[in-house]
Amino acid sequence: MRYTPVACEQREAMLRAVGVSSVDELFEVVPAEVRLTAPLDLPDGIGEIELASHLSALASANTPAQGLVSFLGAGCYDHYVPSVVDHVLTKPEFFTAYTPYQPEVSQGTLQAIYEYQSMICALTGMDVANASMYDGATAFVEAAFMAARVTKRHRVLCSPTVHPEWQNTLATYAESGVVELATFPAVEDGLTSLSDGARGLAAQLVGGDVAAVLVQSPNFFGNLEDLAAISRVAHESGALLVVATDPVLLGIMEPPSAYGADIVVGEGQGLGSGMSYGGPGLGIFACRTANVRQMPGRIVGRTVDVDGNRAFVLTLSTREQHIRREKATSNICSNHALNALAAGVALAALGQEGLAGIARTSIAKAHYLRERLIATGRFSAPWDVPFGYEFALSYDGDVGEMQDELLSRGYLAGASVADIEAEWPTGVDEQLAERLVLFAVTEKRTRAEMDAFATEVASL
Amino acid sequence: MAHPSDRKYSKDHEWVSLDGDVATVGISDFAQSQLGDVVFIELPEEGDSVSADEQFGDIESVKSVSELVSPVSGEIVEVNSGLVDTLETVNTDPHGAGWMIKVRVSDAGELDELLTAEEYDAFITEG
Amino acid sequence: MTERLDHTPSVAPVRGPRSLIFELGAPESRCVEAPAIDVPLASVDALLGGRARTEPPALPNVTELEIMRHYAHLASMNFGVDSGMYPLGSCTMKYNPRVNEDAARLPGFTGLHPYQPEETAQGALELMVGLSDALAEISGLPGITLQPAAGAHGELTALMLFRAAHTAAGDPRKKVIVPDTAHGTNPASVAMCGWEVVTIPSDARGLVDVKALKAALDGDVAAFMLTNPNTVGLFDPQILEITEAVHAAGAFAYCDGANLNAILGKARPGDMGFDALHINLHKTFSTPHGGGGPGAGPVCATAELAPYLPGPLPVAFEAGGFGLGWPEYSIGRVRSFYGNFGVIVRAYAYVRALGAQGLTEVAEQAVLSANYLKVRLQDAFDVPYGATCMHEFVMSGGRQKREHGVRTLDMAKRLLDYGFHPPTVYFPLLVDEALMIEPTETEPLAALDAFADAMLAIAREAADDPELVKGAPYTTPVRRLDEAGAARNPDLRWTPPSHGIR
Repeated sequence: MRYTPVACEQREAMLRAVGVSSVDELFEVVPAEVRLTAPLDLPDGIGEIELASHLSALASANTPAQGLVSFLGAGCYDHYVPSVVDHVLTKPEFFTAYTPYQPEVSQGTLQAIYEYQSMICALTGMDVANASMYDGATAFVEAAFMAARVTKRHRVLCSPTVHPEWQNTLATYAESGVVELATFPAVEDGLTSLSDGARGLAAQLVGGDVAAVLVQSPNFFGNLEDLAAISRVAHESGALLVVATDPVLLGIMEPPSAYGADIVVGEGQGLGSGMSYGGPGLGIFACRTANVRQMPGRIVGRTVDVDGNRAFVLTLSTREQHIRREKATSNICSNHALNALAAGVALAALGQEGLAGIARTSIAKAHYLRERLIATGRFSAPWDVPFGYEFALSYDGDVGEMQDELLSRGYLAGASVADIEAEWPTGVDEQLAERLVLFAVTEKRTRAEMDAFATEVASL
Repeated sequence: MAHPSDRKYSKDHEWVSLDGDVATVGISDFAQSQLGDVVFIELPEEGDSVSADEQFGDIESVKSVSELVSPVSGEIVEVNSGLVDTLETVNTDPHGAGWMIKVRVSDAGELDELLTAEEYDAFITEG
Repeated sequence: MTERLDHTPSVAPVRGPRSLIFELGAPESRCVEAPAIDVPLASVDALLGGRARTEPPALPNVTELEIMRHYAHLASMNFGVDSGMYPLGSCTMKYNPRVNEDAARLPGFTGLHPYQPEETAQGALELMVGLSDALAEISGLPGITLQPAAGAHGELTALMLFRAAHTAAGDPRKKVIVPDTAHGTNPASVAMCGWEVVTIPSDARGLVDVKALKAALDGDVAAFMLTNPNTVGLFDPQILEITEAVHAAGAFAYCDGANLNAILGKARPGDMGFDALHINLHKTFSTPHGGGGPGAGPVCATAELAPYLPGPLPVAFEAGGFGLGWPEYSIGRVRSFYGNFGVIVRAYAYVRALGAQGLTEVAEQAVLSANYLKVRLQDAFDVPYGATCMHEFVMSGGRQKREHGVRTLDMAKRLLDYGFHPPTVYFPLLVDEALMIEPTETEPLAALDAFADAMLAIAREAADDPELVKGAPYTTPVRRLDEAGAARNPDLRWTPPSHGIR
């Protein structure tokens, strides 16, 4: 009876009104062979007090990043979530609301999403953005599919420096045959190799059958790609340029639009959603006006009502599954609207200066940590290329043992590239990958913590 | 609005009127009333060829999409490209200024298969 | 301008949208500032290899008060489950328990990084295994993935499992059959899987036309996708014959679990012969809709299909403890990390709160409440199908259209003035001027009666004063919108005043 307010007497009255003597009569249509005759084998329901206690115990059986000094990134970042975010998200009119298909009673959601779309355009430099996708990985895939539709070409070229999980996701979706996946194989200096020659990017594009070149910058290793060069080669062959990027870094870094990106995607978890063991995150998706009719996902537009008052509404709906069905731009229906709201609130709270400041301080701290770690003599730099607030270093011993030891001393010592590569290779030399550790430093880390960490490393 | 008797109609709700060997094609008043306010139209280009019973474009309202199906075969000699900026015309004047394409027909006999205004009115009443 | 008869001064702020957040504040306004930089900092531009922005992005600069007032106003324009009833068919807009919200916000959950060593995430992994086990028991299908982020995502994932199995058997297939009552995501998912959609008509009772199904089943068919109870609110009693026929053709039977609320604890899709099912945690399992998401669409599959599930999966070790593992022939990943964990926490809490008995009572009350509303409304409105219904039923505004020129759309908008969110309208396509009504089990009887009273009042208004209904709504923050204008001349983002030409 926990969440079911209808009382016993009322049930009886309802049964009478319906003209049945018991609820079982309403289930007689279910064939006897299929009707359950015994209760489900589940633990008995528990009241709120026991439930709260049980959930608390499960939460306490974890050691969250707050209890450790964390330098772990690799696609999920421990950025500060402004206090106002949760205070807005917990307003029931936002989180208990349905999809805004009835705009007259959904102006709150619709205006908030319109503002979010505007902020994503501001950050990425693109013309239009959608109302969210599930995460960066699926947004990345949808970008590949969209490029195929726009260019009417079939192959997509994905850089091997894209996050392995995203490459894996793209490959899984590509099994459908909607796109044919090709990876240009070379990684040079922790970046997409642009060398000439049979396996270089330009060679892959000869033939004019590539719909998109997909690249991530900062890439999986944290390095900033040469988007100008990649863009040139891609566009010369008539392929679209899809750039996956980090929205926090865009507070201070030139947006992909500056390099002629046709579609920009990203993981927006770092903007107000927290880590939450990897989900729900936020799939950012933006493109150029010319291609908006091929963009997947919901879009909010501005209009007026019959009284001439400003109003917002879901629009360009004929792209979507509920109207176009098998010809839709995507099957997406439910999105990550509440995470988009969180991003909008976070960006409002940080503002221009705050976001730039977060990016700046993260970059500064990351570069400091890298120097300190190299100075311990245990880590060396596999390459020397520009990066944001994440970088990879090569360790001179067993990475797993190092991380275990430092965990026992209270640190999350980065991510093992080899562990992540186990599911999908990045194209970095295998021996190097065994030694590579990915470190991310956000605004939450202090100099004192980094100095202490470096001291621990030196003592290993 | 009645369906004018000076032209033929297809079961896909297009009208076609022939002048010499050039056929003008649009959608019927019934079609535009079913569709609602037109918000987008995708038309082919001059020089494209079309075949009878095949799609030549798309027309959208806020909540629906319909294929535009050609009642005749031939080569497109003119497209009403101004329509893109005055989509309301399809709703307000579907039989006149709302015309869509002009086709140099390869087989004028195809029009014999189509419905007269009377037959079309009967067809839509039954449906 | 509408005359405001409540003596509101003409200069009072409008009820509807006011300023955009970009139109508030001032360049020097601040809310959260970045911490002071405690390390040496050379030029950021140099560190970024010359990639620093030349101009800051056009983000708002506002103070905290302005933010909270802004979003308070936005919230005031929104309807939520807390505000009132959403009788939306196939959406299962039930109450979102607060203890679930608190649980999902525990720092022990929110602060977890997905790549933390598994020994530091034992509670999270145990929770995911716990939900997986519960869904297996509820569905009657043992192989569970919690990865999909939404129902549509789950549909696509299941289709990928089918493809992997067909390929492994050396028997690749090309088509998927869906009934004409299928939700749009079904055919859209088929297309994203690279297959062709074959649509079969429903019969006069609104059920699967089994003859048409059997005629369509051939050696090229990979699967048949069905919602049961279906989208006209009926349980298809032919279900065993259907799944048998599908299997006889070497195809898989897929269950769209959107309507699972009707059969919790009463029947299991696995027992009906379905090979895979997706569950909408944001429908059946009470997680909030969030204005459009995030939800989650876990997939439940047979033991035969389990080896193909996307990885990694949370697993319980025999020796104790929990971890992550990859199924033997996994199709790969369908997203990053493990799933919408925050949503999974809420669903787990819900299942633990209710237990077997509670879940069964959910289905019983959901079905009773829907039948009650049907009985209250079936005289005033055309109800095309079924003597009784399951957790939802479809009625038609056809009579009101024929007799008074008032459409379902108009009645839906008028319902807003009565304080209700409208039902699902114009779906399924099979029913003219459709209204699909699903009250859910969490509505009090008083709310059900108030909703029925409102619908009856509107039916009377349609007869007595059709223009009134056609002009609705009147009392909402904005009135009917120019949706055609929005689509013809899309305005999809705020443009800063100094912005150049696009």
